Amino acid sequence: MRPFAYLRPTTLDQTIAALTDPSAVPYLLAGGTDLIVRLRRGHLRPTVVIDIKRIRDLHDEIIAVDGGLRVGARVTMTSIIHDARVRHHFEALVESASVVGSVQIRNRATLVGNICNASPAADTVPALLVYNAVANVVGPTGSRGVPLAEFFTGPGRTVLTRGELLQSVDLPFPAQPVGAAFGRITRRRGVDLATINLCGLIGADGVARFAYGAVAPTPFVAVDSSGALVPTGPDTPARAAALRALFSRSRPITDVRGSQDYRSAMLEVMTERTWRTAAGRLRGRLEAGSP
Amino acid sequence: MSAENVIVRMQVNGRAFALEIPPYHTLLDVLRDTVRLTGTKECCSEGECGACTVLVNGQAVCSCLVLASEMEGQQITTIEGLAPDGRLDPLQEAFVATGAVQCGFCIPGMIMAARQLLASNPHPSRAQIQEGLAGNLCRCGGYSRILDAVARAADSLK
Repeated sequence: MRPFAYLRPTTLDQTIAALTDPSAVPYLLAGGTDLIVRLRRGHLRPTVVIDIKRIRDLHDEIIAVDGGLRVGARVTMTSIIHDARVRHHFEALVESASVVGSVQIRNRATLVGNICNASPAADTVPALLVYNAVANVVGPTGSRGVPLAEFFTGPGRTVLTRGELLQSVDLPFPAQPVGAAFGRITRRRGVDLATINLCGLIGADGVARFAYGAVAPTPFVAVDSSGALVPTGPDTPARAAALRALFSRSRPITDVRGSQDYRSAMLEVMTERTWRTAAGRLRGRLEAGSP
Repeated sequence: MSAENVIVRMQVNGRAFALEIPPYHTLLDVLRDTVRLTGTKECCSEGECGACTVLVNGQAVCSCLVLASEMEGQQITTIEGLAPDGRLDPLQEAFVATGAVQCGFCIPGMIMAARQLLASNPHPSRAQIQEGLAGNLCRCGGYSRILDAVARAADSLK
């Protein structure tokens, strides 16, 4: 690996100062499962790597906040998967976090790192999008909340400006019973990047919110409020059309993981399958009378 | 800003070390080249193969994806730490008894991943063993005996 300096700040102020040092090319290090690979390949050439794991104001805990959960910047995929509150309220997020890499990767990789990496194929992002996650950004001029749907600007690019970092992610509890499901296609079952991934959420009011990854420059969300995607009733042409309309914004490309045609075909299959799973879960929740 | 050496204090297999190392060296580099514990293997260097798996505070991680500088104050267990007096750990015994070791290169990583699995789930199903070892590749293709070995170790610990 090319030489770089290593900093381990304990406060946000120190971190922001290091990030805005004009003589430095800084990169933030949380879990390192993407960063270290890119450092070794020489794709990134920082002069300083800033380890955020000892910063007091960046939590490694999932805390309850008014109306939801707040996931700190240092929370790993393993912690997401094992948290009882996340499992109860955000089942599709648990499903997506469970397929990231391997046990070894999930023990280090953070949810916030998965977001900031801004891969179009990030597995947890579609779930975060359908759950209306909000990114809490902190920087030299203070803090701001950015809906995750507005966070990504391109492959590897986000709205973060120099000196800003993502302090936490807020997950608001759904205001009504919902059913949600995660789906993805990979070439092999373990330790693979998604050929496509998606998450579907249906509310008791019949509104469906779907999000897709690896089929456009950034993950995107689509909402259907026509009522055609309610979780009950027979299959109709209107339902099939509404499901197809969900991924009309997709622009799949051909790459090493799949061809454009294959991705397009799988979008249709996986959208239908994910809707079915989410609808079944919503019916289950409504019958059980639990939120 | 210069890339000067840093001092990192960590415990490896229960022994305290204060190491002066370049900040861009990985935990794997330092375990093998500075601490001279070569049981942990380097293979893909990108977190795909699991040959470099060690435990950090009891959790399995790929030591090739961790900077040694991050390990200040942490407790690391390598394959050598399972047999401190030369007496094999039940997992190692089971790997030998099952004939799970072919060329042997992936085995330290397999055993360390299995170690975390059995610590958190002492009686895993076959599917849970597969999931627990999904981050470890065996190029000999000896997977079924490796899975047998982990199941046998779990039985022996009952």
